Amino acid sequence: MFPKWFDKWNRDNPTNVYGPGILVGVLGGAVFVAIMLVTLGQPYATASLQTGPRGTGMSVTEFQADLATPDPDIALIFEDPPFPPEPGEPLAGDIYENVQVLGDLTDANFNRVMAAMTRWVSPEQGCAYCHGDGDLETYGEDNLYTKVVARRMIQMTQNINENWDGHVNANKEVGVTCMTCHRGQNVPSEVWFREAPVVSAMAGWSATQNRATETSQYTSLPSDALESYLLDYQRIGVHDLASRVEGSPSDPAVPAIQNAERTYALMNYFANSLGANCVTCHNSRAFYDGVQVTPQWSTASLGIAMVQELNNDYLVGLLDLYPEDRIGPVHQDAPKAACATCHKGYLQPLQGTNVIADWPELATSGPPAYGEAE
Amino acid sequence: MIEYQNIFTQVQVQGTPEWGLDDSGGRLSEERGGKPFFSKLFGWFGNAQIGPINLGMLGLVSLASGLLWFFIVGLNMLAQVGWSIPEFLRQGFWLALEPPSPEYGLQIPPLNDGGWYIISSFFLLVSVLAWWARSYQLAASHKMGKHVFWAFGSAIWLFLVLGLFRPVLMGSWSEAVPYGIFPHLDWTTAFSIRYGNLYYNPFHCLSIVFLYGSVLLFAMHGATILAVSRFGGDRELEQIVDRGTASERAALFWRWTMGFNATMEGIHRWAWWFAVLTPITGGIGILLTGTVVDNWFIWAQEHNFAPMYDGSYGYEAYGTYDAFIGQGE
Repeated sequence: MFPKWFDKWNRDNPTNVYGPGILVGVLGGAVFVAIMLVTLGQPYATASLQTGPRGTGMSVTEFQADLATPDPDIALIFEDPPFPPEPGEPLAGDIYENVQVLGDLTDANFNRVMAAMTRWVSPEQGCAYCHGDGDLETYGEDNLYTKVVARRMIQMTQNINENWDGHVNANKEVGVTCMTCHRGQNVPSEVWFREAPVVSAMAGWSATQNRATETSQYTSLPSDALESYLLDYQRIGVHDLASRVEGSPSDPAVPAIQNAERTYALMNYFANSLGANCVTCHNSRAFYDGVQVTPQWSTASLGIAMVQELNNDYLVGLLDLYPEDRIGPVHQDAPKAACATCHKGYLQPLQGTNVIADWPELATSGPPAYGEAE
Repeated sequence: MIEYQNIFTQVQVQGTPEWGLDDSGGRLSEERGGKPFFSKLFGWFGNAQIGPINLGMLGLVSLASGLLWFFIVGLNMLAQVGWSIPEFLRQGFWLALEPPSPEYGLQIPPLNDGGWYIISSFFLLVSVLAWWARSYQLAASHKMGKHVFWAFGSAIWLFLVLGLFRPVLMGSWSEAVPYGIFPHLDWTTAFSIRYGNLYYNPFHCLSIVFLYGSVLLFAMHGATILAVSRFGGDRELEQIVDRGTASERAALFWRWTMGFNATMEGIHRWAWWFAVLTPITGGIGILLTGTVVDNWFIWAQEHNFAPMYDGSYGYEAYGTYDAFIGQGE
């Protein structure tokens, strides 16, 4: 293939080409990568939100690429401002039969809210999802469970906006509507059911953990954290507030390591639900210490109390209304809410978009305040 | 001398198997079992000769009770997944044999709520202690010092603190560590959190120092000996009593590097003590947790060990979530 003089010269001058070849290849590759990084920039750049004193490592870190992508559900929000009521206009409660909530609304606003609920909760089935296939005259009937549940959910939404201002509007007016949880689905995503005990061969603590379940966030931590803390009002804190405290874990009043594991399961759930980390709320050197927590800790604490109320006062009581395919697969319990039901992985639901501005009807259980007529 | 530029041993000696000396008047030879053979693969990492082994009565007891523990744990895990091997493999890292629930205290619990745990732990204890006694017996038979025995004892100290001494002092078997891959890690985290952050436990600090120190010493010593083996430095024992140029060069290297050097003998005392002190100090730290100190962070503040911030957290300067996600401000 090559001329003879070339092969002869190669034979007479044996040279190690691999050593320099590898060296040049490695160095050249490194230079290439360096040039690419400098010109195109770091492909996995991060940004962080400081949450605590400098030097403590308290920050929430996200990829800039993720931050640049807003929650796609924000696009589902639509503007539909209320119609300022004229004095003396007849109210829905007088016009229609069996209007137990939203009766203080004018006809135009009542139908505006009803239409919006269709888009929020049952865009495919439309009005029929709650009111059935009958004529308008039958819309007052309570034949379908969906309508009875929807009424209770309106009361729940009003209660959240009215009484849980400290959690929902902690930073600015955000509010909640049906949209906050439902996002166009009949049943919101991220509702939860009781799962424990999850290991039928065992009893006690052995039966409630070591199974990758949704409620354990696919860890081996206990699967009963949500029901214990967000339904049964159990105490979340496990710490002693003095350096030495008498007591043995065999005493039910003294939290054991197992209680700490269950708390940890709950905190895992919080973090995953909010796309946050421990130091969003806590100074991790002393998780329990109220002096060292961040302002978000107070917001989250109110959230815990709020979810407890929503589950116990609104959601659990609806159990008898649901058909079989809407209740829990293990314990036939009612679907329940927790952080992720609204937050869906974001620090604020819909990334803090104000969803209540157009819906004063849902902001209060009393007559809606439309403000000054424009 | 290119062989020491490879992480594997390049020169293997294979021939007639070596049977070793017997200083005990024949007893050791009698109790040896297994036909010795050579493995090239093992030779890359250590001695190519495999066997014979002197298991002895203690070894048999240890092996038998250890296997009992192993199978009790394994069969409990298998029972938890309905005796399904595929599920056992799929969920293996999540499964565990857990200690009893706290309400049983130090009583004997039902089998399915920690009873099997107590039974299996008993066999594990027998197994570990028999193996410990065996390490003494074999050292005595060889007229060796008992350094390995004491070093293993320090690990057993930590093991006993975790599974026996501390649960007894706490008055509940529920304090013991579960037998499972993820579950024992959950236990570790929960233990630290429950008792107010174990990083503020000074014995935990010491244990970390000795652990990382052991790693550093091991790397320094291994590197030094490999570096001077071309001068015969790998014949460490001879170099202890008859210092040669390898020792001289190794000593000079470290003395000129940091002003101080260990000796051929002393470096092994450094390594032994660092390794042994890791579980000794760690065990003390665990034993004090929940028995003497219930919240290590508060303890550390009381002893001026954890600094307080000056109070100005400066939250107003931290930036907002809206700004973080690029929505204004």
